[in-house]
Formats: sequence, C-alpha cells, structure tokens
Amino acid sequence: MRILAALSGGVDSAVAAARAVDAGHDVVGVHMALSRSRAEHRNGSRGCCSIEDANDARRAADKLGIPYYVWDLSDEFHDTVVSDFLSEYEAGRTPNPCVRCNEHIKFDTLLERGIALGFDAVCTGHYARIELREDGGRELHRGADPAKDQSYVLAVMGPERLARAMFPLGTATSKAEVRAEAVARGLGVSNKPDSYDICFVADGDTGGFLRRALGERPGEIVDETGEVVGEHTGAYAFTVGQRKGLRLPRPAADGAPRYVTGIDTARNVVTVGPEQLLSVSELVGEDVVWLAPDVASDRPTDCTVQVRAHGEPVAARVERRGERVVAALETPMRGVAAGQSLVVYQGTRVIGQATLTREPRP
Amino acid sequence: MTYLDHAATTPLRASARDAWLAAVEHEGNPSSSHAPGRRARAIVEDARERIAAVMGAHPTEVILTSGATEADNLAIVGLHRARAAAGRTRLVSTAIEHHAALDPARRLAARGEAKLTELAVDAHGIITDPAGEWLSEDVSVVSVMWANNETGAVQPLEAVVDAATDHGVPVHSDAVQAVPYLPVRFAESGLTSMAVTAHKVGGPVGVGALLVRRDAMLEPLFHGGNQQRVRSGTLDAPGAAAFAAALADAAAERASEADRLAGLQCDLVAWVESLPGVRLTGPRPGPGRLPGIVSVVVEGARTESLLTVLDLSGIAVSGGSACAAGVHRTSHVLGAMGLAEREAAGALRISMGRTTTAEDIAALRGVLPDAIERARAAGA
Repeated sequence: MRILAALSGGVDSAVAAARAVDAGHDVVGVHMALSRSRAEHRNGSRGCCSIEDANDARRAADKLGIPYYVWDLSDEFHDTVVSDFLSEYEAGRTPNPCVRCNEHIKFDTLLERGIALGFDAVCTGHYARIELREDGGRELHRGADPAKDQSYVLAVMGPERLARAMFPLGTATSKAEVRAEAVARGLGVSNKPDSYDICFVADGDTGGFLRRALGERPGEIVDETGEVVGEHTGAYAFTVGQRKGLRLPRPAADGAPRYVTGIDTARNVVTVGPEQLLSVSELVGEDVVWLAPDVASDRPTDCTVQVRAHGEPVAARVERRGERVVAALETPMRGVAAGQSLVVYQGTRVIGQATLTREPRP
Repeated sequence: MTYLDHAATTPLRASARDAWLAAVEHEGNPSSSHAPGRRARAIVEDARERIAAVMGAHPTEVILTSGATEADNLAIVGLHRARAAAGRTRLVSTAIEHHAALDPARRLAARGEAKLTELAVDAHGIITDPAGEWLSEDVSVVSVMWANNETGAVQPLEAVVDAATDHGVPVHSDAVQAVPYLPVRFAESGLTSMAVTAHKVGGPVGVGALLVRRDAMLEPLFHGGNQQRVRSGTLDAPGAAAFAAALADAAAERASEADRLAGLQCDLVAWVESLPGVRLTGPRPGPGRLPGIVSVVVEGARTESLLTVLDLSGIAVSGGSACAAGVHRTSHVLGAMGLAEREAAGALRISMGRTTTAEDIAALRGVLPDAIERARAAGA
C-alpha cells in the first residue's frame, strides 16, 4: 500500500513509520505545520509544530530513506481545532483538542488530501490496535500497553476512516520498547521527551491562553444556595470538577472543600458546591460515532465507558436514543464536564464515541 | 529524476569541481606571507581577475563573499549606513526583491535606521516607476534586482541608474539570476554595486561576490582581519577558483544557452497555457523575461500538493523560491503583482538550465496534467 506517515518529529511517529516501511509498504513522510507563527522554537516537551520538530521529522525520514514533505495545515488547524477549543470553553464546556485534531486534521484533512494524491492510508504513532474481522470490517482496540493506550482520542473516527488508518505501535507493550527500537534503528529522536500538553498552548498555561484569546470577564462565584462566595475573571476558564484555583475568600460552613459544579457562561456565573454534588449516575452524549455495527445499540447493552484520556473505565448499560447515547453508570462518576468525549468500550474494543451534553444527571 | 529547479541551484560543472579539488590540495592561508600562503593567494587573485574580466569589472572591485545573501546585505546595509549620517536616510527597494535584498532593508527600517520605500510593480512584475518621485535628496541607496528569481521578469535597470545617477544616488542590483543568460557587465551598467553567486552558474554553494565601485563608501558587516577592504574573513581559495571556472564556462556558452532555453521556454509556455486553469505569471517569453524560468499559477490547487505528486513522479520543480522551514508561504512577488492569496497558493516554478533537454520537458509534460488533477482533488 502507499502509506502517508504523519511525522510529528517525535519518537512514536518515527518508529511507526519505520514499522510501516518494514512491512513492505511504500511510505512517504509528511510533517504537518500546524502553528501559524512559523518561527516558534519551543523548549522541553511542548509543541508538535515547531521548526525543531519539523527538522526532527525530516531527519527521521532521512534515516528511513523515505520522501518527506511539509504540508501547511495551519489554517485548517486554526479553523477547526483552535477555534473549537475557544468556542467550547466560551460556551462553558471542556473540549479535548486532541480528539478534534484526530477528527478534523489527521483523519480528515490529511487523510483526504493523501487519498486525492494517490495514497491508501495514513499511518500515525498512536497506541491503538486495529483488528480485522472475518466479515472484512475493522475493530478499534486499546493499545497493548494500558499506560500508553490512545484509543480514547481516536474513537471519534468512524468506520470509513478506520479503514484508512494504520497504527503500527498498537502492539507495543511499552514506551520503553518503542524507545529501544528507535535507538536500534539509529533514530535521533529516541530520547526526546513525550509531549503531554496542548501543542498550541506553548507555555502550558491554558488559563492564560484563554484569557488572552477571550479577554477578562469578571463575574461571581456562587454556592449551591445562590449565595455569592467569590469572584472570577471569566467563567469560561473553569471546568466542572475543578477544585484548585478558585481563590475563595473563606471556607465553606462545614469546612469541606468546594468544587466547581456548574458553569454558566451566558450569565458568567460559576457555581461551586460540595463533592457529592459532582456525582452523576447517567451520562448523555451527542454527535454519536458508532464503530461497531455488530453491537446492538437500540437496547441497553453492557459496556464500559470512559470520559478522560487516561480515566478509569466504568461499567455501564449503554443505549442509543435517537440522536443521543445514554450510559447508565453502575457506580457514579465525579467531575464530568460537558464537552468531554464519552468513549464506549466492550473489553478492549471501542464501540462508539459521543460528546457529553450539558445535562449529566445525578 | 528530472531536475527543473535551476533557479534554486545548478548542477556543479566539471571545471568548477576540478578547480576546487586542485586548490584544496594546497595548505596555506592566502593572507600569510610565506610560500604556501603566497601560492594560495595567487589562486584567489587569479580567480578574482577571471571573475572581474567576465563581469566587466576591475579586480579591485570584486569582493569575494560567502554568497549573494552576504553580498546583498553588505551592499544595502553598508551603503546605507555609510550615507545615513549625512542625512541620506531613505532606502529604496522594490516589492519583488529576493529576501536576501528585501529583508536587510526591512530590518534597517524596523530598527529605525532607515525610512523604506518599496517600489511597486505592474501585473507582469516589472517596476512601474523606474525614475519617479521616489528620487529625493534623502535617498541613501536604491536596490533593484536585475531579473526576478520567481518570474524571470527583467527590470528596467538602465532607467533606474540614469535617474539615480542624476541625483547622486548609488544603485545596487542583485544580478544572481541574470548572470547566466543576460549580458551583465558591471562597469557598463553604471551600478555602484552588484551581487553575484557561484552556485547559479554551475559553481559551488558558499561563494559569491559583491562587485562594488572603488569610490563607493560602505560600512563593513564583519569586523576582523580586513582581508578584503570591506570584508573580513579568511579568503577561500578553492571556492574562488571554482567560482571563476564556472563563471567563465557560463559566460562562454551564455548566448547559445540563452537561445536554446528560449526555444524550450516558448514551447513549454504554449503547452502549459493550453492546460485549463493554468496561467503564466510574469512577462511573456522574450527579451523581458529570463529564458530559463516558466512560472505559473494553477487554479484550485495548492503548491505543496503539486510538489508532492511531481516529486514522487520524479520531477523536481519549485513553488517559488526555496524556503527554510519547508512551508510554502504565499509569494510576496506574486502578491505585489496583484494576485490574490488564493491564486498565488497554486504557484509553480519550472526553471531550466544547461543540463535541461527536450526529454526533460517531455517528462514534465507526461506527469503534470495528472499532478494538477490530483492536487485539485486534494483541495485548494
């Protein structure tokens, strides 16, 4: 197959591309330039779009002996991922930009462009497995290493895109294995630190990034009874379940810690309350992507659900109702925010994905 | 691989390689007074004289540099700084200069050292006002390229020089692209300074020259051993020898090569214009355009998509000028010519040179229509 290998400049995508080459595919490396300010040099683990990363990607391609190009997807990235990130926070929700990037950039813009230019599939360094079914369909599974598993951020891709994706690191049992392989292959990025932060928030300060983009909007923090207990500089910057950074002038009457339980960006009000108010036993998701046509969705089905990239999976009865998916949790979850991605699993297999709506229920 | 990117760099000539290898065998710093030093110095001075002879300059007027970027910077920054103290604080450049000439001017302006006027161009990329109102008593230096690297548009330099000379204003020109194909003669040009480079005439990368009149005052960029009057830095004997050899060969075949490439250009332009949604940028083929460069914009396609498909099909062309980060930015040249960002996003530059044959053009023609179709499908 003719494979377009997305090379971020990191160790995972380089080893993934190397494995695709070893498998006998015709591989071409592409580095996506995502930042609008091209001259950015970033330090440490941050960023996937600096000049240094582009150079690391180029050197990996040189080592693998594959052609290499830089494609400028910065406009698309800004218009989908960054804009969505801002508007979601502005609407009081908590988005996951990596999910949006996989949805709109890697497995949409990049994939579509690759297909038009004659490629069959996009290869990335994600830790997730694709399994072929006997009926010819494909299943998306958790990566072999539970600590590195990235199926959560990939679940947003539908079956058609899954058929055009390749994740050679899905079988890797640890990051150490991948790093050792990079060393053995002579890839210079073998000891490069992992990136954890949001790539377009260069300094890791999401609050500051939001403030610069959306401006300060001072407002009130109220408790569950409606009493004003503090002030904030913008309700958008909070997330449900947040405990730190509230800067409340005095403790609650019972001395218990208070958490953000609600964000109303229309009224610019943040509501706080005791921990127990965060507890929800039902999750409702919209914009449903169903990856398992063979799994019944019209009646409650035993699954596990996950709402954070590295969150604990929780047993639930999951059912699709019209445009939505509803998960009745066996044990309540805490701190669930609208906008988060809800991913439904059966065992290691990804069944579906949806975006949490505003109304989680206790 | 079909190489059609001669405006970016050219294949090394055997004469240049031989001259470089012969010179590099000798030890000795050309500035040392001992025998090895004198031998190395002789190589440099032989080369300088050859370069001067080919370019119609006096050997003293040849300042060897690390390339045209340094030569442009030295001329523009150096001439400006030497004259700014006397109240000549306005720099005049054009909107289509190569970045090597444009960016030093913009840098001086950004630092508050200069007021900058960038001359506008018409739809063909030719400056519209070579002798206009921009000529005032406060102008320090005028910088106008001989011919543009993206479109091949030859600039009305004579008119600029005539007008500027009347006002006592020095004129600098980046002649990098013109040297292989036009009769570029320094003394006859009336220019105060001119930037040239080896690797566009079949020499190695990393050596070039600023031709500059002996009476021109300019502030050096580098401070050090004063090996050349306004340029410090150890003299590069092998580089100079290779540059001189390549330049001499290029000059010997200049007229015949210009004619031959003009023929290929004529056919290629006619063919490429017959493709739907493909438009030539810059002047029509003829005396107003360098014979090696065919620049087009492809409607509904992005440069990077075109280049990806063409490269994977064995065709090496360019989007405009080569760019460091590998990201193709919208060309400032096409922008100055009035093209919208969307049009300029599909820019392609095919540049021919001495190794280009009719077979190369046939190979390009064999794959370009499919590449355009795919690139369009990949999105604008």
